[in-house]
Amino acid sequence: MYRWGGCSKLAELTYIGTSPPRPDGPAKASGLSQYADDVAVAGLWFGETVRSPVAHGRLRSVGWRRAAPPGAVLVTAADLPGPNGVQLIDDGWPILAEGTVEHVGQAVALVAAPSRRAAVLAAAEVEVDIEELPPVFDLSEARRQPSLYELELGLGDPEAVLDQAETVVEGEYRTGHQEHIYIECQGMTARWHPSGPRVEVSGSMQCPYYVHKSMVHAFGLPEEAVRVRADAIGGGFGGKEDYPSLIAIHAALLARAVERPVRIVYDRQQDIIGTTKRHPATMRYRSAVDAEGRLLALDVLVELDGGAFTTLSKVVLSRALLHAAGPYRCPEVRVRGRVLRTHTAPNGAFRGFGAPQVAFGIERHMDAIGRRLGIDPLTLRQRNALVPGDRLPTGQIVDESTSALACLESVARRTDFVTRWTEYQAAQTETNGTPQRGLGLSLYFHGAGFTGNGERRMNSPASARLTPEGRIAVLSAMTDMGQGAVIVFRQIAGEAAGVTFDDLEFPEPDTNEVPNSGPTVASRTTMIVGQLVARAVREVSAQVADWWGEQQPAASPYTVKDGRVVGQDGRSTPFAAVARSYLEVHDALEVTVRHQPAPGPVFDETTYQGPAYPTYAWGADIAEVEVDPDTLAVRPLRMAVAAEVGRAIHPRLCIGQIEGGTLQAVGWGLLEEIKLDQGRYLNDRLATYIIPTAMDAPDLDVELLEAAFPDGPFGAKGIGELPMDGGAPAVVAAIENATGLVVDEIPATPERLFAAQMRERSDD
Amino acid sequence: MTDHPTLAFEVNGEARECNASPEMRLLDCLRYDFGLTGSKEGCGEGECGACTVLLDGQPVLSCLVPVGQCAGRRVETVEAIAEKDPELVERMTETGGIQCGACTPGIVVTLYSLRQANPEASREEIRRALAGNLCRCTGYEGIFRALEDGHG
Repeated sequence: MYRWGGCSKLAELTYIGTSPPRPDGPAKASGLSQYADDVAVAGLWFGETVRSPVAHGRLRSVGWRRAAPPGAVLVTAADLPGPNGVQLIDDGWPILAEGTVEHVGQAVALVAAPSRRAAVLAAAEVEVDIEELPPVFDLSEARRQPSLYELELGLGDPEAVLDQAETVVEGEYRTGHQEHIYIECQGMTARWHPSGPRVEVSGSMQCPYYVHKSMVHAFGLPEEAVRVRADAIGGGFGGKEDYPSLIAIHAALLARAVERPVRIVYDRQQDIIGTTKRHPATMRYRSAVDAEGRLLALDVLVELDGGAFTTLSKVVLSRALLHAAGPYRCPEVRVRGRVLRTHTAPNGAFRGFGAPQVAFGIERHMDAIGRRLGIDPLTLRQRNALVPGDRLPTGQIVDESTSALACLESVARRTDFVTRWTEYQAAQTETNGTPQRGLGLSLYFHGAGFTGNGERRMNSPASARLTPEGRIAVLSAMTDMGQGAVIVFRQIAGEAAGVTFDDLEFPEPDTNEVPNSGPTVASRTTMIVGQLVARAVREVSAQVADWWGEQQPAASPYTVKDGRVVGQDGRSTPFAAVARSYLEVHDALEVTVRHQPAPGPVFDETTYQGPAYPTYAWGADIAEVEVDPDTLAVRPLRMAVAAEVGRAIHPRLCIGQIEGGTLQAVGWGLLEEIKLDQGRYLNDRLATYIIPTAMDAPDLDVELLEAAFPDGPFGAKGIGELPMDGGAPAVVAAIENATGLVVDEIPATPERLFAAQMRERSDD
Repeated sequence: MTDHPTLAFEVNGEARECNASPEMRLLDCLRYDFGLTGSKEGCGEGECGACTVLLDGQPVLSCLVPVGQCAGRRVETVEAIAEKDPELVERMTETGGIQCGACTPGIVVTLYSLRQANPEASREEIRRALAGNLCRCTGYEGIFRALEDGHG
């Protein structure tokens, strides 16, 4: 079920708030879209990666075991033309292991061969000699080593309040790794050219300009010598934010060595072993509350397992800390955090980017407060939820669109929450062998767009220009990894320029063709770049209309509406015809606009005070689960979700984001677990790393709420990550409501529930 | 290479021949020999369903079928099935059943097969039919709607 009663299409708008079919739908459904491994390339060779079998060691040598297999080529760190680091936030992530290996699966060498099979066989002929060193896996051991990063933020003096408080609640909450399982594994093709852009890579990626930057760095080439293109992208979820830079460099190294195009496509096992995951987190919460459960002070410590290298951990930690106090009012807050280093594959970007971990922490903690004081989850949250004008731990005052209470109202109304929650709680002891049911509530928010001054620093451009056919070409580097930018940008541009979809062109993301409008991450595409698109096309359209007005005998204002340039007398001419006339007397018309941060306070990156995000999207979930009293298997039956999204440009796709993100969160909360033995993943296949199937998925009832954000296009906020925050705490709370079992670590597998049951029995 | 016997079978209504080892996966034959890249590899071990095709009208996972088993038989891939059932393609597009599209070909083949057998399938029946097709984007709701919204 789905509804968007709250987001009526505004009468004066043509496209915004409607749900036209996505233009790439038929090709995707017919198998005609070209993904990384679908593109036919003449003379293509194939690359394979030789990986470290151990978690930590000194790399003594790497080479062919016997004679090199005929035709095969080997590349090691010794062959690198430039610095041995993938340029992301820093370049501490080696392209190929050199001196030491730091995690199982780290790329040590690359081979290329004329066929897929020959490449696999050749990789098996590479011998890696490693002298093992003691690895660090355990966080308690990692704490004794230097952290990768540490951060702290806060407001007031929580320690003083905690010392005096009558009621102090403490808890430790833990979340595990999560693997993205985009259905299309990572893949990249590289080729070198004798002239023009020297090296070209294409493949599956969220951020062509991230790949571009890391290629320029690795090969020491001028920017114009590197061309990066995105193929159709079979899912990303953050997993194709950081890692494609590495695989692009690998493919380009091989292509350079064999002087032919080379493709690297990971199979699922390699993809799970090699690529980044969601950071596991341990969170300690200590709060002081009054008798009604109002937060008086909060002290939080967040520790993330960064794995062996930094990738994007610093900004993941930053977002985690900024969301750690949850969507709640609290006058005295301290949040500290660090990223610890272990000998496991580096963790990186995954939808939510640190926020889902702390959302689990704060929501479980709120439930702990409610449990202590005997207050139901809804009432407790209503008492503490942020309202417009409240202050976050950064000092930021939350804006008029703050919708926490409206989200709570939406989900509580649809589930009759308090009555049924109370009934289920009373029924916990009636274990007559029938499945037990429970309801769980979560409230969450998600800062939309880059953290802090990211947008201000990037100052991203997007462009619009007239084509010879009289259309407006919209130029941005944004990719569509499934979320639907491909139609949402058409709607925004069509609405802003007053033209039809036929009047618009959207060149594919290609660093030769489009400006660097930044990465497709952080829920920024619609809200930040969508606004750039709106401004650029509006300017082009207005210039064409103004010029047309000047050409008329009685100069009068002209506007563009429904693809026609319309005069005050109502007479109109097709936009494309007017645009072609314009180009007969002008060389070109191209407008580039850059992001303009809203006026007002600027975030201070040293004190962590100020507006960390331009706005927040809000959400609440209520999950209903059924728990088998014998096996402790959990079945999520249904979920009510409320999401306040600013304005839904395309309600159907917007709901699709909420539904899909919610199920990913439920999977993380109940099923998905990486099991490690000496740093080696024990479940590195889809047969053993379990994600929700159609049989496991609850029925999802999503309601979109709207509270326009004035700086987003037509009021839209970024919402892609929001739904990742609420599902896990809601299902775990529902398990507690059904069984009385308190689980503070996810995934809440039957094994963990059994352990909780044993603990409870030994406490009795 | 050529010492393998020639395998003859029907693909999307056309007679095709393949000289590969009979142990080659049908998926590789379709994708790399015949250029039918609509069938996707998501796992290579029969878990994700992205490579689903019809073999004599029955859905099979082409990553688990040795091409030798296809001799004399009829294979239909998503490319042909989408042409046979444009209504399904349209509904998948309109109901939000498609996001990234990597699972979509397998899901189209599975849903086509379900529609043939049971045009009025209930949600429970749709769930069961799709149990072998993983989707990571949609939460499955949009895919369920592609069939449910069509019910009178």
